[in-house]
Amino acid sequence: MKRTVIMLLVVIMAVAPIAAVFARGAQEDGVQRHAFVFKNTGNPYGEKQMEGFADGIREQGFEPILRAPDVPTAEAQIQIIEQLITQRVASISITGNDFDALEPVLTRARNQGIRVLSADSAVNPASRMTHINQADSEMIGRTLIQAAYDMAGGSGDIAILSATSQASNQNLWIEWMRTELADHPAKYRDLNLVRVAYGDDLRDKSVSETEGLLQSFPNLKVIIAPTTVGIAAAGRVVTDRGLIGQIYVTGLGLPSEMAEYISNGACPYMFLWNPIDVGYLTAFAATSAVDGRISGAAGESFSAGRLGSFEIVAAGDGGTEVLLGAPFRFDPDNIDEWKNVY
Amino acid sequence: MAGRKVTFTENLRELGLFIFIIALGFAIQMRNPAFLRVSNIVSLLTNTSILGILAVGMMLVLLTRGIDLSIGSTIAFSGMVTALTVARYPGMPALLAVAQGAAIGVVIGMVIGVLVARFDVLPIIATLGMMNIVRGLTYVVSGGRWVSAYQMPDSFKALATGRTLGINNLIVVAIVVYLVATYFMNHTRTGRRIYAVGSNPDAAEVSGIPKRRLVFLVYTIMGGLAGLSGVLWVARFASAQGDTAVGYELQVIAACILGGVSILGGVGKISGLLLGTILFGILANALPLIDVSPFWQMGIQGVTVLVAVMTNAMVIRNTERSALRRRATM
Repeated sequence: MKRTVIMLLVVIMAVAPIAAVFARGAQEDGVQRHAFVFKNTGNPYGEKQMEGFADGIREQGFEPILRAPDVPTAEAQIQIIEQLITQRVASISITGNDFDALEPVLTRARNQGIRVLSADSAVNPASRMTHINQADSEMIGRTLIQAAYDMAGGSGDIAILSATSQASNQNLWIEWMRTELADHPAKYRDLNLVRVAYGDDLRDKSVSETEGLLQSFPNLKVIIAPTTVGIAAAGRVVTDRGLIGQIYVTGLGLPSEMAEYISNGACPYMFLWNPIDVGYLTAFAATSAVDGRISGAAGESFSAGRLGSFEIVAAGDGGTEVLLGAPFRFDPDNIDEWKNVY
Repeated sequence: MAGRKVTFTENLRELGLFIFIIALGFAIQMRNPAFLRVSNIVSLLTNTSILGILAVGMMLVLLTRGIDLSIGSTIAFSGMVTALTVARYPGMPALLAVAQGAAIGVVIGMVIGVLVARFDVLPIIATLGMMNIVRGLTYVVSGGRWVSAYQMPDSFKALATGRTLGINNLIVVAIVVYLVATYFMNHTRTGRRIYAVGSNPDAAEVSGIPKRRLVFLVYTIMGGLAGLSGVLWVARFASAQGDTAVGYELQVIAACILGGVSILGGVGKISGLLLGTILFGILANALPLIDVSPFWQMGIQGVTVLVAVMTNAMVIRNTERSALRRRATM
């Protein structure tokens, strides 16, 4: 008897999160709700993006719904989107775990009248109205190679430590890095991109991959990690092994996570945009799409609260996008004021 | 119980795994000469030590026919609470932080122990429930925020990077855990009784072995080791987040099974466990060293695990056959 009761309790605890979602769906009516689906839970960068989105939605008097799966996979996001369709939200803004895999479920959402946008990491043009991009992908890719060139002193091996091999934003930046190298063969004559490694945004795997790079390429000068988990793991390995000053880390990272490594010299400088602003901008794009003020075509514009007015432009993948602005540079001079922000 | 012959065939199984590891190491070395460099071996062992510590606890649980799915969450929770504590009180001695983390794990393990031993909740259900509860608690105590390297005192981070007698602290802790576990499992009455409970629970109970107390004990030990690992994990990566070690329990269970621990209970040795853990460590360390695409890496990892398990299964079948033959001639 007692055993059955306890078993029941435990089962209830296990399914409680799922039940909660349906409960919220049932509550319904009144306030327009806008959903944001991030890649996975517990990602500091994602937390900030969702925070910005929630602020932007609340500022306009609507209700935000913030969701993220436990694991960064498209399958997990599909489940969440299906729940959101059942809940009849007004819009879904998604940071895609896969460029193409979400198309069927997002198309179903759009057929139900839900406005679908992607933010930060794009889904394919057929799945979205428009994409909210942090900064120009081209600018990020080129800037990172120029930073590596600067840190390596013009010659030596460089490697890239990415997230997963399918992450669309990572792959686009890496493509632009290769383009930058190819566009100036004379300037980058002595700079060799030796490998692209994938740390899957896991701490332990990113550390193993960084160590693999150090072991395999004795002439390695710079590791470019355009991902927050990867760059912190690389910074940690370089610091642990006493390689500060011999191997430099740069890329895209969170100021708080990187403060230690920017101060100690493992990472002379790195870049990021403001994830809060990405979320905030997405919030205004989503409500504008629901209002019918924008349809997602290039040339349209909308206002985004404290950030001012933005214009939709054609994107490199055949769809359209909205660009937040240029990446911001974090170095020893400004890191102390930023490390407490995000 | 175990006679002379059985001991011999059990050693044979470990020999099979050992030869497999040597062959794998040789193949990797051919592909990248950096593999057997001392610095690489050290980083391999350092990166594998947390997995190894957890595998010891998981083996005890598996021996009693149980399973613990909550350890990834326990790692995250213990690591997060400890990180928040050292960030608030930077003067706190690092060893005290270790004790705090282990104590947190012990408490979580005791809760699971009570659920399983006292209330007869199936281990997979009890630990699945705790997995979600503890993961949720991690987000609650941290408020969804994270603790970064600059907030942690150097003495705390040195836990994972410092050395004792010239050996990295993580490796030292793992060695101590293995030595204690070897003594505990082979030379204490409680250790032997854990085997008895797993291989035949009814017989164990009839013969007066306190089954429930032992089951409670193994989950408590597992919790303690998971709590300890949480502190080491956070010190190692100098970052505590809500999603720390998500899904790590599966890797630990896989390492146990590779090492010859049976999920049906009663079977498993520390020496085999060590080999299973090292095989896992080699895979994690070597895949970045052999220059193949990430798609192939996954395939290689899967094939290696399958081949190792199949070798094991074949050895077991041969053992049983020879045991039958022996019985027939008797």
